[in-house]
Amino acid sequence: MAKLKIDWEKVRQAREAARQVVDDVHSYTQQFTTTTIERSICRLFGIDGVDPMGVPLPNVVVEHLASRQMLGLGVAYWLGQAAISLRKTPQEIAEAVAHGEMDLTQTDPVDLFEIQLWAEKRAEEAIAKIHHNRIIREDKLREYGDHTGPLIYVIVATGNIYEDIVQAVAAAKQGADVIAVIRTTGQSLLDYVPYGATTEGFGGTMATQENFRLMREALDEVGAELKRYIRLCNYCSGLCMPEIAVMGAYERLDVMLNDALYGILFRDINMQRTLIDQEFSRMINAAAGVIINTGEDNYLTTSDAYEEAHTVLASQLINEQFALKAGLPEEQMGLGHAFEMNPELKNAFLYEFAQAQLARQIFPNAPLKYMPPTKFKTGNIFKSHVQDALFNIVTVISNQRIHLLGMLTEAIHTPFLADRALGIENARYIANSFADFGEDIEFREGGIMEQRAADVLDLALDLLQTIRRDGLFRTIEEGKLAGIKRPFDGGKGLAGVVLKEEHYMNPFISLLLEESRQGSERYHRALASSTEENHE
Amino acid sequence: MSSGLYSTKKADFDKTLDLTQLKPYGDTMNDGKVQLSFTLPVADNEVAVEAARQLALKMGIIEPTVTHHAPLDKSFSFFVVYGSLSHTVDYTQIHVDSVDVNLMSMDETDVFIHQNFGRKIRVIGASTGTDAHTVGIDAIMNMKGYAGHYGLERYKMIEALNLGSQVTNEDFIRKAVEFDADVLLVSQTVTQKNVHVQNLTELVELLEAERLRKQFLLIIGGPRISHELAKELGCDAGFGPGKYADDVASFICTELAARKQNAFSI
Repeated sequence: MAKLKIDWEKVRQAREAARQVVDDVHSYTQQFTTTTIERSICRLFGIDGVDPMGVPLPNVVVEHLASRQMLGLGVAYWLGQAAISLRKTPQEIAEAVAHGEMDLTQTDPVDLFEIQLWAEKRAEEAIAKIHHNRIIREDKLREYGDHTGPLIYVIVATGNIYEDIVQAVAAAKQGADVIAVIRTTGQSLLDYVPYGATTEGFGGTMATQENFRLMREALDEVGAELKRYIRLCNYCSGLCMPEIAVMGAYERLDVMLNDALYGILFRDINMQRTLIDQEFSRMINAAAGVIINTGEDNYLTTSDAYEEAHTVLASQLINEQFALKAGLPEEQMGLGHAFEMNPELKNAFLYEFAQAQLARQIFPNAPLKYMPPTKFKTGNIFKSHVQDALFNIVTVISNQRIHLLGMLTEAIHTPFLADRALGIENARYIANSFADFGEDIEFREGGIMEQRAADVLDLALDLLQTIRRDGLFRTIEEGKLAGIKRPFDGGKGLAGVVLKEEHYMNPFISLLLEESRQGSERYHRALASSTEENHE
Repeated sequence: MSSGLYSTKKADFDKTLDLTQLKPYGDTMNDGKVQLSFTLPVADNEVAVEAARQLALKMGIIEPTVTHHAPLDKSFSFFVVYGSLSHTVDYTQIHVDSVDVNLMSMDETDVFIHQNFGRKIRVIGASTGTDAHTVGIDAIMNMKGYAGHYGLERYKMIEALNLGSQVTNEDFIRKAVEFDADVLLVSQTVTQKNVHVQNLTELVELLEAERLRKQFLLIIGGPRISHELAKELGCDAGFGPGKYADDVASFICTELAARKQNAFSI
């Protein structure tokens, strides 16, 4: 593939700066757990369902402990103690707590070592379930084969999971590789995960485990018919990042939106809360073999895409380091970027291409997520379709992996069945027409594109060095990211941040990291053997 | 993203499919969603936008939204409108005439003609009247054909003569008699103000006046031609968009064979 000349020493310095930024954050955040992390541990232990008021049982259990100021030991500790002394399952315990029949902090004390053994055994069962799903995915991909080049990603967003399924199945038949079910407006600010199949939503559909399951089943069915593995995507963001990661791992989602900073900047969620939550959620995503999608495109929809292009690269490098901290390998890092420059800008195509190519070369093994134009879409569906065509060309030439399709009716409504079909037709036409274009061109040395890439890298390096100097928290407080100021103690969800006590227990961390490591090894072995086959 | 992207309205219509009241589908059954675009011969301003909206209302579109408007010239404006159609049709009561014939490949057709007629079928074609476009008649008749479907000239058992475009009906009939044609193919590609209907009516009248109509199989084709229209105009068959040489050839030989059969049985 054609390569831009890049100053790799600057790339190394930028990565190093990002690494230090993340180390710095981690040394602070590791002192804490959060209510949603503890709820996700409940879910991993198999607690599910709602109380008569409709409150999810994980919330009931965690609130029960939080109101007694006892969450600092971790829910695993208290569940373990109750399970051993009363010989009950976590689900039975949760139900008893919900009925007001049990006070978790008043059960008979049990030896700490015994509780640890119980917790580890339970944790291994949960990991086995996640592992099982992962193997199903790997088997299907091996059976059907997985195509190289961009994966066509479309959204469904009717609000009704059953109507979503109709649309998703049609899209898969039209050629979609990834189906994303858009979440209903405002779910990211709920401090609980809704329960059961849902049929009402605004601009999207509730992310619930049952909705995940229904869509997974439908996509597996149509995938078997088409002999293609259809990937399913949902959102692992907001106030319940790790819980939704668990649901995704249990229901075999393949791609999940998960950005370290998005909730802070764009949803005004407290920065400590988000940074603590994102790490555990990414550990779960990593172990489940889920490709995370980061949200750098949002920087460009809120500020000028030409002026702020370097913030995308800086954020990608930070997201990369946060991901590595959580044991998430590069083949699961769907770092984001977008085609959002003003179409009136002269040579906009060259700048977009340079940026996409730069990202491709700096993150050569990452399944980059590339977002279509949205900001300069009006209601002119005809121009919109052309904008999407230009975006599709850059996607194909620079070989992005997760190819979010533009919709001609962007800025009018969430996509109709026909809008999606037209988007897929556009993308497939261009993918075929430009198939080997990237292999057949060279970038002019010192040309507009090479110069642009060098400028973006310089600015990103400057920004990362400033963040390293000031620390990520202060950088955000001062509004240096996306021009949005967020106070250290402001925003939503801070009350859910809890200081860990000395004997805090989370039996999952080491197991998740190990599962991720083994999964990545399998991935690389499979990759090596398929490369060998191709050479034979 | 504009605020219009999120519909916060509860959909309170019946969401079950009823074929007796069929309407368009956007993303929910019976939502009736349609898009349309058109130009108005007035300046692009607020009055024009309202005019576009009112036109949509008159078309039976509920809650029309003008999603895009732009000036095309001093006194022309362009509109894109979305809305929900109130009209329905009874799908169960619709009857459509279409050419109903077993589709054969080129080789099968050649074998069929050889077995049933023992001679070549003679087909003459033209784009008649004022129509200067040969794309349609070429797609059906030229050796290379169109979209992977070989044209009639490539068929071993068909003698094909393509007269090209702007052939008058009188000349066409004269050439057809000279050629001793079995089949007349008429293409009408670009027509305005329904001139193709007038032109085809004239052809049929001329053929009847000269008592030649029954001597030929008369087939017409083009983007605005349907089998139903062809029958109405007194032709034997009509082929619309998406039909290729093999469709036409299959019809020709099957129909001619059937007529031969009938002639013998009388």
